[in-house]
Amino acid sequence: MLLGIEWNTANDWAFALSILPILLKGLVVTVQATVVGFGIAAVLGLVLAALKASPLRLISWPARIVTEFIRDTPLLAQLFFLYYVLPEYGIVLPAFLTGALALGLQYSAYTSEVYRAGIESVARGQTDAARALDLSALRTFRVIILPQAIPRIIPALGNYLVSIMKDVPVLSVVSVLEMLNVAKIIGDRTFNYLIPLSMVGGLYLIMTLFASAGVRYLDMRLPKQGLPLR
Amino acid sequence: MTQPIIQFDKVVKRFGDVTVLNQLDFNVQRGEKVTIIGPSGCGKSTVLRILMTLEGIDSGVIHVAGKPLWHQYRNGSLAPADEDHLREMRKEMGMVFQQFNLFPHMTVRRNVTEAPIHVLGLSRDEANERAEHYLDLVGLSDQADKFPRQLSGGQQQRVAIARALAMKPNIMLFDEPTSALDPELVGEVLNVIQRLAGEHDLTMLLVTHEMQFAKQISDRVCFFHAGRVLEEGPPEQVLTDPRESRTREFLKAFIHPA
Repeated sequence: MLLGIEWNTANDWAFALSILPILLKGLVVTVQATVVGFGIAAVLGLVLAALKASPLRLISWPARIVTEFIRDTPLLAQLFFLYYVLPEYGIVLPAFLTGALALGLQYSAYTSEVYRAGIESVARGQTDAARALDLSALRTFRVIILPQAIPRIIPALGNYLVSIMKDVPVLSVVSVLEMLNVAKIIGDRTFNYLIPLSMVGGLYLIMTLFASAGVRYLDMRLPKQGLPLR
Repeated sequence: MTQPIIQFDKVVKRFGDVTVLNQLDFNVQRGEKVTIIGPSGCGKSTVLRILMTLEGIDSGVIHVAGKPLWHQYRNGSLAPADEDHLREMRKEMGMVFQQFNLFPHMTVRRNVTEAPIHVLGLSRDEANERAEHYLDLVGLSDQADKFPRQLSGGQQQRVAIARALAMKPNIMLFDEPTSALDPELVGEVLNVIQRLAGEHDLTMLLVTHEMQFAKQISDRVCFFHAGRVLEEGPPEQVLTDPRESRTREFLKAFIHPA
């Protein structure tokens, strides 16, 4: 029994069928961690990209150093750090939140580079025109640059969404009951690893295929000139 | 004569090792229509980009409407301008670019109303009214709801002119406004510029290769060479009977392209 659900070991099919609801509970956690982690990465990445684009070195350099540091250290090390070290300073977060935060932090370093490339891909003439019209830097970024950069950013961001989903099992080391962890526990208790692990593989494949299709759909639907502003 | 509206004093501009403007002295009077001609790399577009504060300068002083452009007075002496000062100075000028630089994700109307609303603080109704007026002036009031890509190059450039005019600048800067256009579309843009040239108070600074047009609308033509004004004067004189041999060579290449 796991998460309040019994399994049936009568035969392989019955076993598979009986553990599916348990795995789906784990899948919900996986999706939640993906969504929260990606949300953090999407927002924090944009902030980091904006800071790195600052003409003031006092702002751009720390942002660069932070990005580089996050990118060049293992996700697992960051996760352990957040989970075991922060509580020593009085910051105690639930395992799930710590895990999602670690994912979000790690991927914000990647997404910030995606944003940067997207922002730089907007033609120089656009900022020239905005400046000539005396628009403020913030407004130029928000209504001129960003709407044109986003359609070019979507495919790369989508790749990272799939990547985050596949990195969620790392959270099992801090005892988050995501899908792979659930499957492993089932295996530990029933001595049948083949079926739960295969099912996890299949479920992951379905999820990533859906996510990729969603991203491709968005990419096709978004106008290449930028998000239309009436 | 009154104080010039634009005044360059010994302005130097370098890009790396290349000196683009070399101790440039250059004045424009209020309401004057001035055309800048010259070979590529002579610094003519740079003059406009510096005025529009898209490029800084390395030394010298520029005054626009009596105020220093790239400097401001702090404790009685000239110091580099901060962004607030530059934003204030930009209100004097509007610019039209070779590549139009319309905002592709905004309708024509939004292109023209964006800055009046968010820089000048006009209400949406006031801005729409103003947009209508200037789109009408360039003959495109029926295209307000289209996106730039749905317009021809000539129409796009006319929208860009309306967009600049909607900020009611005292000085209009035209940076090769017809160079990116198909030949059959050049006329409609020049017509609009010519109509603007009829406005007595508007100061116009035009960089172009359309010599015939320059002759028609300019009060003065300046030939730039190696980052300085080599020759200037009334268009008939500079364009048909230049004093300098370099001006003659440049114009000859234009009339008889190799």
